[in-house]
Amino acid sequence: MNAISPQRLSSQRRLPIVIVGHVDHGKSTLVGRLLNDTGSLPEGKVEAMREMSRRRGMPFEWSFVMDALQAERDQGITIDTTQVRFQTATRPYVIIDAPGHKEFLKNMVTGAASADAALLVIDVTEGALEQSRRHAYLLHLLGVRQVAVVINKMDMCDFSEARYHDVAKGILGYLEEIGVRPSAVVPISARHGNNIVTRCKHMDWYSGPTVAEALDNFLPPKSLTDQPLRFPIQDIYKFDERRIIAGRIESGALAVGDTLTFSPGGRTAKIVTIESWNEPEARTQAVAGQSVGITLDQQIFIERGHIAARAEARPIETHSIRVNLFWLGHEPLVVGRSYILKLGTAEHDVTVQAVERVIDVEDLSGRGGDRVERNGVGEVVLHSRSTLVVDDFGDFSRTGRAVLVDGYDVVGGCIIQKPKTDEMPAHNLIATAHTLTAEERSISNGHQGGILWLTGLSGSGKSTLAMGLERELFRKGVQICALDGDAVRQGLNVDLGFSPEHRSENIRRVAQVARLFAESGMIVVTAFISPTRADRAIAREIGGSFFHEVHVAADLDTCETRDAKGLYKKARTGLIPEFTGVSAPYEAPVNPELVLDTGKISAEGSLADLARYTELALIRPARRGSKTKAV
Amino acid sequence: MDQLSALEDQSIYIFREAFNRLDKLAMLWSIGKDSNVMLWLARKAFFGHVPFPVVHVDTHHKIPEMIEFRDRMAKEWKLDLVLGENRAALDAGMGPARGRITCCTALKTEGLKSVIGENGFTAVFAGIRRDEDGTRAKERVFSPRTENAEWDFRDQPPEFWDQFKTTFPPGTSLRVHPILHWTELDVWRYIRRENIPLVDLYFSKNGRRYRSLGCAPCTASIESTASTVDEIIAELERSNTSERAGRAQDKVSEDAFERLRAGGYM
Repeated sequence: MNAISPQRLSSQRRLPIVIVGHVDHGKSTLVGRLLNDTGSLPEGKVEAMREMSRRRGMPFEWSFVMDALQAERDQGITIDTTQVRFQTATRPYVIIDAPGHKEFLKNMVTGAASADAALLVIDVTEGALEQSRRHAYLLHLLGVRQVAVVINKMDMCDFSEARYHDVAKGILGYLEEIGVRPSAVVPISARHGNNIVTRCKHMDWYSGPTVAEALDNFLPPKSLTDQPLRFPIQDIYKFDERRIIAGRIESGALAVGDTLTFSPGGRTAKIVTIESWNEPEARTQAVAGQSVGITLDQQIFIERGHIAARAEARPIETHSIRVNLFWLGHEPLVVGRSYILKLGTAEHDVTVQAVERVIDVEDLSGRGGDRVERNGVGEVVLHSRSTLVVDDFGDFSRTGRAVLVDGYDVVGGCIIQKPKTDEMPAHNLIATAHTLTAEERSISNGHQGGILWLTGLSGSGKSTLAMGLERELFRKGVQICALDGDAVRQGLNVDLGFSPEHRSENIRRVAQVARLFAESGMIVVTAFISPTRADRAIAREIGGSFFHEVHVAADLDTCETRDAKGLYKKARTGLIPEFTGVSAPYEAPVNPELVLDTGKISAEGSLADLARYTELALIRPARRGSKTKAV
Repeated sequence: MDQLSALEDQSIYIFREAFNRLDKLAMLWSIGKDSNVMLWLARKAFFGHVPFPVVHVDTHHKIPEMIEFRDRMAKEWKLDLVLGENRAALDAGMGPARGRITCCTALKTEGLKSVIGENGFTAVFAGIRRDEDGTRAKERVFSPRTENAEWDFRDQPPEFWDQFKTTFPPGTSLRVHPILHWTELDVWRYIRRENIPLVDLYFSKNGRRYRSLGCAPCTASIESTASTVDEIIAELERSNTSERAGRAQDKVSEDAFERLRAGGYM
């Protein structure tokens, strides 16, 4: 292990690795042994620890090594990600320790996300338990693609080849299903140092690499310079006469003279300089991983969160993404709730549109639902009113991932799936239009504008339904507003009475207002008796394609029995003249878009029917519409 | 890309994130090598500018050369230098004779808290590194402190994919650690590459030099003949002892440094 000079080693990049697995499967023991067997511990350290164990009257454990190195033996604070360095003959490593305890998933994620490779430790006597699987699944989500499995405690099963194959088969099957192909499955005994650095004579049936060899076989991370350019803007500086666009090149390369296209929007400009300080000569090009600053030949409107790329290979612009997500929040992720999505340097308000699958990491089965619980994983659709600039994680690891923030806290991480072919976003459609179109509004809102015109007798439940729908859809992030007869008559139509002419004028004005709201992208739900076919025909004419007539069809007896406002009683005694259903006719719709018989169906049931209709008529078409347009 | 450039790029990214996302920023400048490297990296990140005040907490027990160096560099680099101190404790004669931890807490931690409070800073850059000590190893890059400047190392925010926690309840103050991922050797190699000026105390005179700089009474020099950056790098490549070995306050008890840090020390 000493064939290489320490000097050369330490100037090499340390490969960060993470060791994961179920609690008590031997991670700390493996680390202690790795440090010792690679000759990475200070001289006398192990002797001192053996002596200390003897004094305390407890058997020496290799796991003490790491605890001691971190000076945390007595403080009991081994719960967090710590970093331990060691080196093999080939290169230096830093181990990011990942605790096995379930509650400490956020620390495991913090550690594992910065690792280039992972060792998954499994106790041969227990096999892969729930935590082993959860960790493996998270490695996959975090983008750690290089994994070696270590099957520990082989001494406990008499170094049985059959037992090894049994456990190996189980975990290999699981890993294959999540798309992880381990580079090795090493049978070891960490406690006795078998197959850590030196081969074990009890396991001559095994011809694969030792743990040290498996580590040395891992590849350093691939440079992202050969990929298409992704240069997210981090900030724009005007400290002096220069206007410097600062950011880190996440993939690809750029050079002075290159033309960049910025997303969203598609504005273009040419790079004039690559700025730097205290460098012998001016930079003319820069590559992935570098934090740079550039100046452009034009003062275009760009800001933090925009991404520069080349015109022929731009990122995707969309309002809705499907992601694989892990959730760390104390509160579950719930459909309809909003979070902040941090996507590179951009931040967006997003609403959870759907939880498509909640994944059981044990058997990888998926089930539907409306929430992902703490420490859970799932497949979720997020919608944003602002334009998201994203990549498929499979192609671009850096710009294809994001975190979710709830209040002050980071509560989850997600990787972005490739949009399905029939969901390709309407790419450049938006940038060129000069005025906002209904289509642009509906793409951003995630639904179309529309008018749900509720008509029916007094007491049929129109207002209750309108308010209920407003509340339910508002929760899902829908732009919705209810227009109620009483409210309108106290404001906009305060000058109108109840004569037939005034009633017609009342309806006409309400229809006009509803149309304006609908055109601005909102869903308007109106609650007016609107008793005559003629008046509703005018409303339909004004509403045009936005108009949906909903007959709230409780019969007169039902409404009169309810008589919540006491109006029927007054009408019967003649206190209210021309009261619909009593002293004035109600003309039921001939061909309404929807009939809700609130006399027979409960209020909740009718609300559910109305919500379902709205979903089908106004929400789903917008989602399809936003995705079927070709680029 | 070589290791030093990768470290530099990451530090610049952290500086720029903090500068964009946080208000009322300042940088702690201890005059030591790490904070000089940190200051240098800020100038890299902001193209020669240091767009926030630089805070030095003066314990009035510092080695005189450090103060001379501080004032010279502040002028040369056009720094907005803010000095902090715990006047009350100094007037009451605070010093290491009252107990090293007591002194450190009064003059450094309390001095820092009061300069942060007086100036309304919500976030400060600190040049600590993970490899210095077990408790610093657990640090986050963006590390929140409670209203009393305390550090809850048991419940730290998750931090991954370079997405840092940038929103906090009112009253929280933040430490940002731009060189958390560097090692002592990285720092020296970078000093060599960039030719960063340092206090002379780091270089051997009469067979002794300082490896880590603090207050005069509590910082011991080490035996060393290394009188140039190259010689120091060569010496460190052979060394197996800890960098803070010459810092007396860490040794009061096994968890002294951890207790200092939980209370708000750097």
